[in-house]
Amino acid sequence: MPRLSVWFVSFSLIHLFLGFTIGGLILANKGFPFAPWIWNLLPAHMEFLLLGWMVQLAMGVAFWILPRFRSKPPRGNVNFVWSAFGLLNAGIVMVVIQPFISMSWLALTGRFLETSSVLLFVFSSWQRVKPIEV
Amino acid sequence: MPLLTRTFIKTALVYFTIALLLGVLLSLRMSNGLFPVYIHLLVFGWLTQLIFGIIYWMFPKYSNQLPRGRESLGWFVYGALNIGLILRAIAEPLQALQASNLFGTLLVLSAILQWLSGVVFIANTWQRVKEK
Repeated sequence: MPRLSVWFVSFSLIHLFLGFTIGGLILANKGFPFAPWIWNLLPAHMEFLLLGWMVQLAMGVAFWILPRFRSKPPRGNVNFVWSAFGLLNAGIVMVVIQPFISMSWLALTGRFLETSSVLLFVFSSWQRVKPIEV
Repeated sequence: MPLLTRTFIKTALVYFTIALLLGVLLSLRMSNGLFPVYIHLLVFGWLTQLIFGIIYWMFPKYSNQLPRGRESLGWFVYGALNIGLILRAIAEPLQALQASNLFGTLLVLSAILQWLSGVVFIANTWQRVKEK
């Protein structure tokens, strides 16, 4: 597994932990309400698990297993994908913390970073979706 | 494909089917109040369980002696995930309908089991995420 995939997958596991922890607290709160404020964490629960866990894991594994180029670099421009990694995680953090601080522009900026991340990833992966070179 | 992966994937396919059937009932307004269960059957029972099974199978070896980490932990993840999810699917709508200590306790138990499944999965997978 290449280093960049290790970072993607490791961060996806961290997001999985955060998402599961919040989800567990919300579900337990449904059983015995102990902290009504916990519902404010529902958007963070969804963000961590959908983008942080699933999307990030898919990006890391795709970078690892998609067909490589014969010419160097074998996985295309790695800098683009490193940027996608940074933008995705920065975006997730911004979207998650926005409800708790009075900066309404933060969530929009976070979504913009997430979208930029995906566009960079698509751009750098597109030509790796190809038949095996003979 | 190892037995644990086959079990994860086949169970995930069952949840996928049940979730989509529940989605039809929701669209027909025959099962109001089951939307959270529908979402979690789909995202947790199907997608996450499928991913857990595939990762157990295909990620780099932990070691030559234990190529996929501790299999017993993998089975614990499978059991905790599925018992937790089934408890949730039963208790969550009932708790919404008529809250009681019994359903509340089942929900807390479900939350603990599902959380544990994630934590143990991460613990058993973490060291397999490594450079070649």
